[in-house]
Amino acid sequence: MKSFSLLSRGTGVAFLAPAGLLIGAFVIAPFFWVIFVSFTNRSLLGRTAVDPDFVGLANYFSLFDAATFFTRGEFGSSLILTIEFVLLSAVVGQAALGMLLAWLLQSVPKSLKHLTETVAIGAWILPEVVIAFAWFAFLDYENGTLNMIMEALGFPPGDWLLSFPFWAIVVFNTWRGTAFSMMLFNSAFSSIPPSYFQAADVAGASSWQKFRDIGLPLIRGHVVTDLILITMWSFNVFTPFLLTSGGPSYRTEILPIYTYRIAFRDFDFGKGAAVGVVVMLINLVFALFYLWVMRRRAKGVAA
Amino acid sequence: MTRYLGLYFTRIGFSAATALIGVFFALPLVWFIFAPFNPRAELGLSIPDPFSLANFETVFENGFAMRGLWNSLVQSAGGVILVGAGATLASYALSRSPIPGKSVITYILLLFSSVVSGSAAMVPIFLIINGIGLIDTQIAVILVFAGGLLPTAMFILRDFIDSIPKSYEESAMVAGASPVQAFFDVALPVIRPGIVVVVVWAFVSIWGSFLIPFILLRSSEKMPASVAIYSFYSEAGTPIVTLLAAYSLLYSLPVIILYLFVSWKFGFRFFGGIKA
Repeated sequence: MKSFSLLSRGTGVAFLAPAGLLIGAFVIAPFFWVIFVSFTNRSLLGRTAVDPDFVGLANYFSLFDAATFFTRGEFGSSLILTIEFVLLSAVVGQAALGMLLAWLLQSVPKSLKHLTETVAIGAWILPEVVIAFAWFAFLDYENGTLNMIMEALGFPPGDWLLSFPFWAIVVFNTWRGTAFSMMLFNSAFSSIPPSYFQAADVAGASSWQKFRDIGLPLIRGHVVTDLILITMWSFNVFTPFLLTSGGPSYRTEILPIYTYRIAFRDFDFGKGAAVGVVVMLINLVFALFYLWVMRRRAKGVAA
Repeated sequence: MTRYLGLYFTRIGFSAATALIGVFFALPLVWFIFAPFNPRAELGLSIPDPFSLANFETVFENGFAMRGLWNSLVQSAGGVILVGAGATLASYALSRSPIPGKSVITYILLLFSSVVSGSAAMVPIFLIINGIGLIDTQIAVILVFAGGLLPTAMFILRDFIDSIPKSYEESAMVAGASPVQAFFDVALPVIRPGIVVVVVWAFVSIWGSFLIPFILLRSSEKMPASVAIYSFYSEAGTPIVTLLAAYSLLYSLPVIILYLFVSWKFGFRFFGGIKA
């Protein structure tokens, strides 16, 4: 039987039009535009601002120039820095800490659970500028909360943003983003039937054994989802700019900040666009993988 | 017996570890909770003595700061209206009309929106906005946000509408309503909770964001609060901490209130891995 449809095709198209126009202009068009601009020497000012030349792959050659690839402040160095940042702050930091926290929360008193969740979610939902400023105060050399604690414990104070800028943004991003993994794993753990754990208790299993043999295998699908999403977010995050502006001497210049500097400080839009294309390609790999995982799950192939 | 003792100690150990991690999350926020009420606030942590609202008076008297909040409101409201209306119409069409390849459309849009993210898109978005002559206008910020948030909003809402039985609208149409009437009078009231979630999510996203207004706006009187605060602490030689702390709290209030509203009304849930 042909299903009776509520909207005619024409009305459907009309309903789709406003969203379609906006998405077309500000999502789809930028995708192709950035590829086009990456083959030109477009700049903000001067002749090439209005009449850019086609330069072929010159921008890409300059990004992947072996002579400067590892020089600090150049693309290659920034790419490596970004990969380290994502591995440490997202995969190790957010996912592992979120997993640990979610597991701990299964068996702590309700009040402690709510309190911990509240502060972690606070770190996640507050506007990024506010969070960055709070961290600025937290890490301040003269009066910062962290140095206050260090001194109280008998350790020497540190000028964290100057001496350990990279670790500062790694810890910052871990702190900022762990709530997502925590909540995802928490809801995954609570959906496991309690009888599984009760049976393990009767058999005398330790908490680690329960985690390894019951908890983790049953939420494997959620772990994959979590890792893809937080990797993508951390790979694109601009927030560390608010804390360090990419400095000192490019030591925290992850790719989004590098792109900003090339395009909006040096006004080299062509090269900035080329970086954008590389970032998009990496995003594409992750996004395709994510959609593939989601579709498999929607079809009930994987847990 | 020993097993119960073991479980007991595990519980204590777990609680201690949780508390320690909780402290790690709380510490950077403690300053942010006290400083706004401390008229002599510095970057250092101290309990305000006495508690005072003087810092807020300073904010209310600062025209630039207040204009920042107003601009944030204009930009967020504008973006939310476009996202809410656009996503509702579009996802209703995707759910109820016979357009071929609807699932594919939804997935492709979602794919594009996650690939064309802030850092990859900043150059072309700037150039497109520059090309249509909208640089340094609030409408540019609104349009860019609406475009960027719409695919995800449509994805969430379509899921929601798919779960509503078609029989509601069908019976209205049997009774003589036109499809458009059935949409406005029958479907829309049922979809409203889904729209609220999308609207809150879009509002929080726009309200808190920094990069897009930072690259699209030039003149200080159009800047939203996020860019205004940043210029307070990055460009002023010594930041006026009292003003910044109180302003940060005022600026965060809508996000906190909306979060509480959503978790009270709907329970805090995940919508396709979306940050709400």
